[in-house]
Amino acid sequence: MSTALLADKDRIFTNIYGFQPWNIDAAMKRGDWDNTKALMDRGQDAIIEEIKASNLRGRGGAGFPTGMKWSFMPKEPKEGKPSFLLINADESEPGSCKDREIIRNDPHKLIEGALVAGYAMRARAAYIYIRGEFIREAETLFAAVAEAYAKGFLGKNACGSGYDFDVFVHRGAGAYICGEETAQIESLEGKKGQPRLKPPFPAGAGLYGCPTTVNNVESIAVAPTILRRGAVWFNSFGRDNNKGTKLFQISGHVNTPCVVEESMGVSFRELIERHAGGVRGGWDNLLAVIPGGSSVPLVPAAQIMDAPMDFDGLKALGSGLGTAAVIVMDKSTDIVRAISRLSYFYKHESCGQCTPCREGTGWMWRVMERLREGNAELSEIDMLEEVTRQVEGHTICALGDAAAWPIQGLIRHFRPEIERRINERNGGAATLAVAAE
Amino acid sequence: MADVHIPDEAETRARWSGFAWSAANVAKVKEIIGRYPPGRQHSAVMPLLDLAQRQVGVETQTQGWLPIPVIEYVAAQIDMPKIRALEVASFYTMYNLAPVGRFHVQVCGTTPCMLRGSDDVFRACKDKGLSKGHTTADGLFTLTEVECMGTCTNAPMVQINDDNYEDLTYETTATILDALAKGENPKTGPQVDRLGAEPQGGPTTLKEMVSENHDYRGDWA
Repeated sequence: MSTALLADKDRIFTNIYGFQPWNIDAAMKRGDWDNTKALMDRGQDAIIEEIKASNLRGRGGAGFPTGMKWSFMPKEPKEGKPSFLLINADESEPGSCKDREIIRNDPHKLIEGALVAGYAMRARAAYIYIRGEFIREAETLFAAVAEAYAKGFLGKNACGSGYDFDVFVHRGAGAYICGEETAQIESLEGKKGQPRLKPPFPAGAGLYGCPTTVNNVESIAVAPTILRRGAVWFNSFGRDNNKGTKLFQISGHVNTPCVVEESMGVSFRELIERHAGGVRGGWDNLLAVIPGGSSVPLVPAAQIMDAPMDFDGLKALGSGLGTAAVIVMDKSTDIVRAISRLSYFYKHESCGQCTPCREGTGWMWRVMERLREGNAELSEIDMLEEVTRQVEGHTICALGDAAAWPIQGLIRHFRPEIERRINERNGGAATLAVAAE
Repeated sequence: MADVHIPDEAETRARWSGFAWSAANVAKVKEIIGRYPPGRQHSAVMPLLDLAQRQVGVETQTQGWLPIPVIEYVAAQIDMPKIRALEVASFYTMYNLAPVGRFHVQVCGTTPCMLRGSDDVFRACKDKGLSKGHTTADGLFTLTEVECMGTCTNAPMVQINDDNYEDLTYETTATILDALAKGENPKTGPQVDRLGAEPQGGPTTLKEMVSENHDYRGDWA
């Protein structure tokens, strides 16, 4: 068990701030595309075994073991059913902004990872689905892919490995739901991004009905370094079941918001003190933290201050690591408004397919807006909680859950604040009435 | 895009029924369709709608939008039923179903930006005469409140056409709008003293990278 702070030599994304050029020549000087053929020569199963042994868990939010996911792909693709790797760069979870930094500053880590991962899972090609709003980032990505083709690293006989592999970039057009893997597949096929029922799972029938694995940008981009440095190295960071390094994105009420790569399991206090310049107004001014992007419940200050920032550490607090998008809120925050704004987000982004989510997200937001002003009955707090339970788990995809959890977290930890607003407004109204007489 | 009145169809058809790809875009269309397997050309609907919107933008000196005949033109190109292409155009927020101004000012209002002062950004827009869902009378600015744009460590932010302006305040927002109105090209990206997502005041990690393309492999051992 180690939660020591990470040394620069152990950081995977060395150009994450873009101080140096992203282009292939600069990237190669930093170690990308360094004898990629040798990595591939280890063989497909050996690559998957190494990733499994590294205990890498998916970096897109759910934390599913990456190596195991790759192993679900067919070892011998059927005639007319090639396998695909779909790389999820539809980074839209409020708080998350790490894939953007990888793509605009270190794109060759992602592209080399696409080749290695695609080869390991016996895919014919990779599509990188990048959110439409990342306009300049997509320009960089298109150019970086073209560079890799020009060097012979992609295409026929990629890197001289004897394996043919293509990488294509596909731009989204503004829909959070397309970060959900089956919605992303629908979107890539040229349809509205509405999630599919599972099963069948994408590894069986995904893009164009072919076997498909959908992985987050960060999960793919770390793979070549893990292969070069070994599973043992990756396992030397973080606690059991929570290994490796991770890009944290610290936003909100800190002195210096930033993206930074740290060891999994770094304590919240250490992360914020060391990289984000501390909490605005000092630690006594901390109110609450949303530790993993908007979909996870908030955690009150006292509970999170010394908590380890990893999957299990945050799960123990009734929240989650998600994408490691850490949204910090100090005591100046209107906490009900902060969560209500997230409710609006989910209302806006609901794809409209399942009734509990389509109707529920709007209903929950409207009640949240009334709670914000105390314009409600006390009993409506429980009614809202009850409705979140009716949305949660009753939709095809997890957007319904994601809309429910922030509200549940608010009620769990800040019920007195909601009650205070209702009482004050009602009391205030009563006082006014008396004064008028 | 939400809250927008879709223009009269007869007028739109009269104006846009002759839409065709520009010479430069004809080659681009071929390249785009080639990204997808044979027979899977429907996959190209999103990039083609984007290309079409941009061409309309060039022709109208705005960010561009998608008149109905243009959507139908794209659908015909890839043998897609018109209604399917319209479904796609209306599902995704980046396709404008009504005309917008020269500059489409898209302010992020989601919680991470809200915490860092997006209210001030909206106030600056309001004070410059912009109002949500509307285009200014001079046709310069359309203001839209958008959902999380994925630049949360550089909040608050606005995306104007293809560029981001980040780490905004009331003052810097106003300055950017003024500069655009004057036909200038204000600096994009963070409006404070930093390059990207590193902590303001200098990085806490990877400091060697600031001045040279450092190769850390020598320290691996």
